[in-house]
Amino acid sequence: MASSICLCLLRAVFLVCFVNPLIQGLSGDVNLVQDPRHRLEKNLTGLSIVTFDWHHVQTPYLVITWVFVAGLAKLSVIELNHHVISVVPESGLLIILGFILGGIVWGADKAQTFKLLPPTFFYYLLPQIILDASYFMPNKLFFSNLGSILIYAIFGTCWNAATVGLSLWGCYEAGVMGNLDIGLLQFLLFGSLIAAVDPVAVIAVFEEVHVNEVLFILVFGESLLNDGVTVVLYNVFDAFVALGGPRIDAEEIFKGIFSFVVVAFGGSFLGVVFAVLLSLLTRCTKHIQIIEAGFVFVVGYLAYLTADMLSLSAILSVTFCGICCQKYVNANMDEKSVTTVRHAMKVLANGSETMIFVFLGITAIDTEIWVWNTGFILLTLLFVFIYRIIGVFLLTWMLNKFRLVPIEVIDQVVMSYGGLRGAVAYGLAAMLDKDKIPEKNLIISTTLIVVYFTVILQGITMKPLVQWLKVKRAAHSDLKLIEKLNNRAFDHILAAVEDICGRIGDNWWTRGWNRFEENYISWLLMKPKARKNRDYLFSIFHKLNLEDAVNYVSEGERQGSLAFIRSDEVANVDFKKQFGSEFTDVMPDIMVNMSNYELGIENFSVTSIVKDTIPSVSLDIHGKDRKNAADDINAHHLLQQHLYRSRKNHRHKFSRSHFSINQSEDEVQEIFQRTMRSRLESFKSAKMGVNPAKKITKHHKKDLTHKMANGHPDGTDHLYGDEVDSAVGSETGAIRGTFMRDTYTVRAGIENPVFLPAMDSPTHSSLPWLMETDAVAPSQRAQWRLPWTPNRLRRLAPMRVSTCSTDSFLMADLEEHEEKPQTDHEEEIRPVFD
Amino acid sequence: MGSTSSTLLKIPNVEVLMQETGFSPAHIIRLHDRFKALDKEGRGHLCPQDFGAIKELAMNPIGDRIIGAFFSPGKETVDFHTFVKILAHFRPVDKDRPKEPNSPEPINSRSNKLKFAFQLYDQDKDGKISRDELLKVLRSMLGMQVTEEQLESIADRTIQEADLDRDEAISFEEFRKSLEKVNIDHKMSIRFLR
Repeated sequence: MASSICLCLLRAVFLVCFVNPLIQGLSGDVNLVQDPRHRLEKNLTGLSIVTFDWHHVQTPYLVITWVFVAGLAKLSVIELNHHVISVVPESGLLIILGFILGGIVWGADKAQTFKLLPPTFFYYLLPQIILDASYFMPNKLFFSNLGSILIYAIFGTCWNAATVGLSLWGCYEAGVMGNLDIGLLQFLLFGSLIAAVDPVAVIAVFEEVHVNEVLFILVFGESLLNDGVTVVLYNVFDAFVALGGPRIDAEEIFKGIFSFVVVAFGGSFLGVVFAVLLSLLTRCTKHIQIIEAGFVFVVGYLAYLTADMLSLSAILSVTFCGICCQKYVNANMDEKSVTTVRHAMKVLANGSETMIFVFLGITAIDTEIWVWNTGFILLTLLFVFIYRIIGVFLLTWMLNKFRLVPIEVIDQVVMSYGGLRGAVAYGLAAMLDKDKIPEKNLIISTTLIVVYFTVILQGITMKPLVQWLKVKRAAHSDLKLIEKLNNRAFDHILAAVEDICGRIGDNWWTRGWNRFEENYISWLLMKPKARKNRDYLFSIFHKLNLEDAVNYVSEGERQGSLAFIRSDEVANVDFKKQFGSEFTDVMPDIMVNMSNYELGIENFSVTSIVKDTIPSVSLDIHGKDRKNAADDINAHHLLQQHLYRSRKNHRHKFSRSHFSINQSEDEVQEIFQRTMRSRLESFKSAKMGVNPAKKITKHHKKDLTHKMANGHPDGTDHLYGDEVDSAVGSETGAIRGTFMRDTYTVRAGIENPVFLPAMDSPTHSSLPWLMETDAVAPSQRAQWRLPWTPNRLRRLAPMRVSTCSTDSFLMADLEEHEEKPQTDHEEEIRPVFD
Repeated sequence: MGSTSSTLLKIPNVEVLMQETGFSPAHIIRLHDRFKALDKEGRGHLCPQDFGAIKELAMNPIGDRIIGAFFSPGKETVDFHTFVKILAHFRPVDKDRPKEPNSPEPINSRSNKLKFAFQLYDQDKDGKISRDELLKVLRSMLGMQVTEEQLESIADRTIQEADLDRDEAISFEEFRKSLEKVNIDHKMSIRFLR
């Protein structure tokens, strides 16, 4: 505890040190900004080796510094929350921290040099938060509660705006606020900007409280959708204020209502259009997989900006873009891209949220904006609070007449208490025109106070309230197949019962939509491949199995290696057997430093293998049928070792567009052909009697009988003496990942039939260089030399028909015939970069 | 109002029915109209064929099971009372209604709703969902999208999740337990029957 306080203090000191010089530097340099020539002249006197050029980098530097500071703030807040207090919600703490930061800035500068400006907020901070919220929206929940959400968002917001504005006006007329230059329309304008529940604040607070999902979606959905209403109300009243009271007639009012419909529905529609665009786009991005994740952000932002350009509701636009595209985008994109999007989205949204709250705090430390009017401010707080409660209860009372599951009183209390106001209100207030609204500063300061009050005080008390009222919490339950299965069954049952009752109910619509979606929309927006095999139940099943596998691995790792899973009788032979040393002339290629393998085996860790993407030629047999893998593992290893002997020694290549490395078709071909050649050389030498082929066979058989018996390492390293070269040694490190991937028990080597050219054993079914002949054409020279070993060829011929090889070349080629899409996918991974 | 009461009067024992099911007169009348519409030949009872004539129902993957649920074993017909009682399973639970102390459990209680779902699986009425029974339901619901092996492994896993006594089948008790976290009132209710 003490240490954490120290930590926070340290951080504060750091912030002071960090921010102060910066600000001073800023203010000190103001003069210089005016006169760039000054700088030029100075430079002319001679070549300066190092120059301090603040002005070049000033803007981006400040921006990124503030981002950094906000990040640090978040870090310290999280630390605080962990150790010191867990009552105050993060958002509240961030605002308070913003106060402190603002105080520091102000203390250094004696003036406010930084504040949250509406354009910054609306164009750079808000969009990603909304996009994140909508992209991760639980769609089913959202749409099944859409009716209620819309009622709250539209009528609730209108109610709030009208009542707050009118009541304040009434109080003003009664003389509570003293002398203000403000009229009914201004009050209504203020009411409209303060009416909306803020998505950012709501997400921040409710995410920590974990209320039940229906309650959450109601508050959250309302906060997202009421933006359309707020913006329209704001714009309408803004225009009315500009027009002036007397010129407003029925026509203008009608136009105002009509513009609401256009702005809200136009914005939503635009969002849907962009969602369709995005889905179509991701349908055909398979060749630029590395940037497809970026499209989600770019198109989302475009949806936002376009709506803003057309003066439609930007938040609604990006909301619907996210909600509608998520399914198709996730299905179309590669799994990696989906993960990228998820994470990047969270980073952006969380970062912006942090910045918004910190900046909201910083903004407060400014003597200029503060205008105090006790009556106005207190009454606003009171009305905002009370009318929210009344509005929620009134609307819920009406809704409950229609809802299948009525909203309980406790939930209503939480809903009304969750009416947090936030940065959107402040942004709108800051956008007001000072000329038209003389009391702009009063409005801003009142808005800020309402924001602080709701976010900090209501935020702090939210958790205790929820606990005290025993609000139904979100049941944290594990995913269960049987639940999902029954949900599916329930849907069918309900639809059937509706049919029997002969009435068109909710389920009828749901079913109709699902059918339509399945038949037309999916067809249009989804890749054909993604459409296949995407049954929801099956994907749940798959997910559960994956989870189990991961658990199994972590469990198994704690108890030791999991390598036993991979052990097969066939592969259970030690590499370190002496036969290697006798073969040196036969197989110069294989003479790698075996001790490296040994080392690798000892450090064997499943995760390292899973994560290892370095192997230069990834002969991945994962996901292939393992049943017949055993025999082929041998071939696989031989191939791998040979393939690694490519001319390119460093395989850690940088590629901007790919993660996996060294899989270009050409190189693979080249490696293969060279391997073939060297194989044939070996045959040749074997045939000429240089190599004691018979001995090998004997050895092999003996080895089979004493598999593990003599599987001990007999030399520490450099078993193969001169053959070990450092280049190979370094390669083995890279190989280790793949090498280990496939098979064997600790200390097990490979009884690789391919190593033994003259062997008769029928067990080895795969002789890769032969099986490859149709798939990958060997070089002309190799072809020409092939008949040099006719008798062997004949003996080996039957092996060619064996299809049980899991050698991935073969697999890849088989797949190419069977299933085009998958091969395409594999091709994508191969880097073009060379 | 006059027509309402006259329709109600035509239904025998309507008071008892309303008492048992909790339906309002308006619901009863609506359901009665529907019943008569389904009963094209005016026999006063429905046969499986009458249900089969509902086009949408025929397309429902587990439609025949649901139709089957209306007919108690050995019977070929369903009268209006049974019809209403079956549908009463799907009436949303109303919390406002005062609970009479020693009244029998209402038809639309949670466990009755679950029982209805359970018997759709348990076609041989032995009180257990066997692997085969589950597989049949899965096959009809998942259809072509999943291979037979996958279906089988899904069925195995589902049974494994619920099976507490390791008898490779799901009893009603196990069924109920496995769905403890599911909001059955929500998922097995139809709004217009409220």
